[in-house]
Amino acid sequence: MPFVNAKAQKKSYDVIVVGSGAGGGQAAYTLCMEGAKVLMLEAGRRYSPETETPMFQTPDMAPLGGIATPQKPFGFYDATVDGGWEVPGEPYVRTTEEYSGRFDWWRARMLGGRTNHWGRISLRNGPYDFKPHARDGLGFDWPISYEDLAPYYDKVELLIGVYGTSEGLENTPNSAPGCLLPPPKPLVSDLLLAQRARPLGIPVIPGHRAVLTRPLDFRRTPQRLHPGNATAQKILAGDMRKRSACIWATSCGRGCSIRANYQSTTVHLPPALATGNLDITTDAMVHEITLGRDGRASGVTFIDRKSGKQESASARVVILAASACESVRILLNSRGTKFPDGLANSSGKVGRYLMDTVGSTVSGQIPLLESLPPLNEDAADGHQVYVPWWLYGEQLRGKLGFARGYHVEYNGGRRMPGYWTMAGLEWLTGGSYGVKLKRDARRYYGSFVNFDGRGEMIPNEHSYCEIDPRMKDKWGIPVLRFHWRWSEHEMRQAVHMQRTFAQVIEAMGGRTSGPVETDGARAIAPGGSIIHEVGGAIMGSDPKSSVTNRWSQTWDVPNLFITDGAVFASNADKNPTLTIMALAWRAADHILERMRRKEL
Amino acid sequence: MDRRTTIKWVLAASAAWPLGTRRIIWAAEARAAHGYGTDPDLRPAYHPGELWPLTLTSSQRQLAAVLSDLIIPADEHSPSASAVGVVEFIDEWVSAPYPANQQGRPVILTGFTWLDAEAGRRFGKEFMHLSPSEQASICDDICSETRAVPSRREAARFFALYRDLTAGGFYSTPAGRKDIGYIGNVALPGFAGPPVALLRKLNLPLGLKSTGET
Repeated sequence: MPFVNAKAQKKSYDVIVVGSGAGGGQAAYTLCMEGAKVLMLEAGRRYSPETETPMFQTPDMAPLGGIATPQKPFGFYDATVDGGWEVPGEPYVRTTEEYSGRFDWWRARMLGGRTNHWGRISLRNGPYDFKPHARDGLGFDWPISYEDLAPYYDKVELLIGVYGTSEGLENTPNSAPGCLLPPPKPLVSDLLLAQRARPLGIPVIPGHRAVLTRPLDFRRTPQRLHPGNATAQKILAGDMRKRSACIWATSCGRGCSIRANYQSTTVHLPPALATGNLDITTDAMVHEITLGRDGRASGVTFIDRKSGKQESASARVVILAASACESVRILLNSRGTKFPDGLANSSGKVGRYLMDTVGSTVSGQIPLLESLPPLNEDAADGHQVYVPWWLYGEQLRGKLGFARGYHVEYNGGRRMPGYWTMAGLEWLTGGSYGVKLKRDARRYYGSFVNFDGRGEMIPNEHSYCEIDPRMKDKWGIPVLRFHWRWSEHEMRQAVHMQRTFAQVIEAMGGRTSGPVETDGARAIAPGGSIIHEVGGAIMGSDPKSSVTNRWSQTWDVPNLFITDGAVFASNADKNPTLTIMALAWRAADHILERMRRKEL
Repeated sequence: MDRRTTIKWVLAASAAWPLGTRRIIWAAEARAAHGYGTDPDLRPAYHPGELWPLTLTSSQRQLAAVLSDLIIPADEHSPSASAVGVVEFIDEWVSAPYPANQQGRPVILTGFTWLDAEAGRRFGKEFMHLSPSEQASICDDICSETRAVPSRREAARFFALYRDLTAGGFYSTPAGRKDIGYIGNVALPGFAGPPVALLRKLNLPLGLKSTGET
């Protein structure tokens, strides 16, 4: 297998890809399938979901019943390795600890990055989302439109496998025929939501997640994705056959040993490795891009985390896909006499316009769902249904007091019981214990619902990161310092979420489990906590106000590309991963074409 | 909880009863441990005591068992909490090196001391030697944080935490999962969705009114 250490790397590659998650995995896949020689550098350790995933382990087998700890912030069985909002030895600086002004930076140090643990929610940006400034005068327009990216959304959905439907709703795009897999059947709680939300004008439609609800079409899809490339078709067909369909059990966040959901390690990397065109070096902490005399990137320098030694690698093209903020950090730490403020930063915009997703949560208890007969509701691990943003018209007419929308992620049902199953229920049980508590547990289990709002943040001048002048990590690499501020748009949107969710819970005949928060600064989850941070090297049509052009190519260094979330010019309510992959595929196609024309 | 608060609410109960052999053990005395790290092996089954030392004394464990079984007794559906390892779970929890555990530990240990002090004050015995109805009379006073009188509010906070831990430990076990009616975590060839008869009974639609195509 072409996992190589620094010494075994080739003298030079066509392309170096920094990072192995959604953006790096997709870029490497596309390039390798078309014959480019690629070196992928991953800061974390090698990781194998096939052998390491705790598929059927139950909470009683885990320390502390599997609950979250600072060392495993999403619980013991979460796939994340050496990651979280705090990574030992790799600090960052916050300018405030205050709730509504802080930014917490999530990282994972493992092959495949955070694609191993993510929620697999795969939504397309719509036409409005690429031209938000044109619509309401706020933020920035992208230099591309939905039509530019639509074919790549189709390709990514076909490759990774996404369930869902095309409903023809406003700014909620349809997929090309045959791209989506059938959605899972809704649960009892899903159907109750659909029934009660409809009279409120709130649509409830099948969710979109990267989970195989049936085997992939290995006969037709490879040809559709790689026309005229028999080798790529054969490799992909072989790999698609090795991916099993969902077995309707175990949490996706643990990873999936049978490869039934998308993670870079089970979907992008195996076929890319099978081409023989990909070398991967793990434990390679890239910190600087090196430049040749011609002003082009010549490669990167990195620290081998096992030996602690500084190493380097060279290539014709360098792609940064280290995650939005880590890519920014690498650019800002690549300084020279001609670019003292960091590489590709002649605009001064590197690190600027960081965005996360607006998050706010309300949960409730629904008497209609009490004491139901035992049902297996593991289903596809949640998100069988969701609510796309539905108030575009009202918003445009200025009726809402905030400019951008949100979608609703909803969960109910009889999930795997654990530490929290009967915790904090005095408001329902009156403080029961003894035989009464056991009766209450049977009654209330499965009767809870949870609403997570996921909304758009508008980029602003006060939310950015830069290099801290003093602090360094354990490798001696200067670290990031974060500044963060929400605007009234986001805080009002969070309050709207709170009120709406309470209204829906009431319509379902239930009660909220706590008071509705009407203070926007408290209703909104802190920056970085939804882990959708994007921006920092936004794409645009003007080199003075953006870092990359429409091809994710930096304006200043023609053979340097960015294929993670850093290039996002806006952060629509739609979860960013699918768009990261579509942009990465598009950028890789462009690189291939320019390499064929000998321009790179 | 700071030391001063702890002393105050224990002394309130123990005014007429000298503290017995069970001393308050402070968080700082928990033996240092570093947790399981950021890259633990997720595959094996772990048992309390494997990753960090357990710290409850044998008399504390006896009291823990009595209290856990008052909260989750055996009935016709399932065994009691202590019968499925909840005391070990609680010992692991109060002995863990993480901040939430280190903060919860003095609440639990002080609560144990309070129970004995209160039992002594009211009945002249340690809590575990009381009759079930005597034990229940104390629990009834602290089982609700909203109804507890101000002098017992800290004790009620302890009881709420202890009840959450007991229930969390119990419903995480195979016996607890079975009792509560969880039948998942098994591989299925397909997901059929809820039975039509149930949906009709609940007056729910049989599916989403989706016209969408895949």
